[in-house]
Amino acid sequence: MLRVFWCVLLRDLTLAMRRRTDVLTTLFFFIIVVSLFPLGVGTERQILQILGPGVVWVAALLASMLALERLFAADYEDGTLEQMVLTAQPLSLLVLAKITAHWLLTGLPLVLIAPLVGMQYHLSDDAILMMMVALLLGTPVLSLIGAIGAALTLGLRGGGILLSLLILPLYIPVLVYGAGAVTASGIDMADTRPYLALLGAFLVAALTFAPLASSAALKISIE
Amino acid sequence: MASNWFKFAAPASFYPLAGRLIPMFWILAGICLLAGLYWGFFQTPDQLGGSNAQKEYYRIIFIHVPAAWMSMWLYVVMVGWAAIGLVFNTRLSFMMANAVAPTGAIFTFLALWTGAFWGRPSWGTYWDWDPRLTTELILFFMYVGYIALHSAIDDTRRADRAAALLAIVGLVMVPLIFWSVNCPDPNQCAALHQRSNLTQIEGNILFSMLAVTFGFWMYSFATTLMRLRSIILTREADNTWVQELLAKGSRA
Repeated sequence: MLRVFWCVLLRDLTLAMRRRTDVLTTLFFFIIVVSLFPLGVGTERQILQILGPGVVWVAALLASMLALERLFAADYEDGTLEQMVLTAQPLSLLVLAKITAHWLLTGLPLVLIAPLVGMQYHLSDDAILMMMVALLLGTPVLSLIGAIGAALTLGLRGGGILLSLLILPLYIPVLVYGAGAVTASGIDMADTRPYLALLGAFLVAALTFAPLASSAALKISIE
Repeated sequence: MASNWFKFAAPASFYPLAGRLIPMFWILAGICLLAGLYWGFFQTPDQLGGSNAQKEYYRIIFIHVPAAWMSMWLYVVMVGWAAIGLVFNTRLSFMMANAVAPTGAIFTFLALWTGAFWGRPSWGTYWDWDPRLTTELILFFMYVGYIALHSAIDDTRRADRAAALLAIVGLVMVPLIFWSVNCPDPNQCAALHQRSNLTQIEGNILFSMLAVTFGFWMYSFATTLMRLRSIILTREADNTWVQELLAKGSRA
């Protein structure tokens, strides 16, 4: 079981490493969107400190969604996905491996770049740390929920726009509690625990159900 | 009496049944709505004084609360039909889910709209980012997403199943919407929206609200069945019974 998981994971990572621009595009999209806000709303320190957590999270949502379209699309076009559905291995495991690869390529870089972004917004060290933790818990949820939408809209005309319509409403709880954790850390670090607990709960629930739902969606899309 | 209810799972036999039921539901809807609104507007006390002072505008409640209830219930009904469709692979249940969605979206919009007009005099604003308002807005987006996904896929079978799955995934939001107001511990979730508690409502107001709710249910049945009939006709257009029906209709 674990070998299959590793196999698909390494395959997806290798494929992505052969085409590095795809990965970098998402990361730079995130950085650019985050950098645009101070230019739009003014560069006053206080405003930026209030705005920071929310802006980072919204940018992370958009960046994660931008990359989702490619999650299954390439495999769908060259027929690999069909073969995956036909294998004796449980499809949800294969899907989970693909989602993990997707998160390692699009979610994890956002977590690592967060301190840099935090400095742009004059966030305190505590807040930056909290932002990294919250992103670490939250971005996998984004990839997991997003995979369901990506599987449902596979090969549709205007799939990208439709994907955002379907998935963004489901992203809202993660956005609320993710940004909430960072904002609360500005007041007292002890206040952030419930936010992190909820984000963790979202992660566990998404890990349990999202692979099943995405594999069901893939079967619908492929048949 | 052993009547076979599954007979009506076939679109061909459900179509005439729906046709007979629709006028009944319209009549019931008319009676309930008229009675509920009449009672609500003329037989309920004014809330001018006391601790809960509101002026005449509180009567928006007779539309607002039933519409909000319906918005959540119809989503659950839609998911129910979608799940039955996925499990038993019955055509009619997917059509039913499809037919419910627009009515649900309309009620969600109505709840938001009347809420805005209630919010203006009582909170001083049409819109506030109160948890209940926000989650209701999300519900509206989910109805829109369901309809959009269904209409984006040309293959009806795939569209049915994909949209059904999306609806089921979206069901996780319904408890959030419900508890955004009736949260077990009011200290944990502060909201502008007052907590709803049916036992604390004055009898006449409760009666009108329930009558309107029942009327809305009847309205939903009627519109859903009407929409269902046209969906059946569109999808079964190639079948003989539809052809015969059309031939009969043109002769009459």
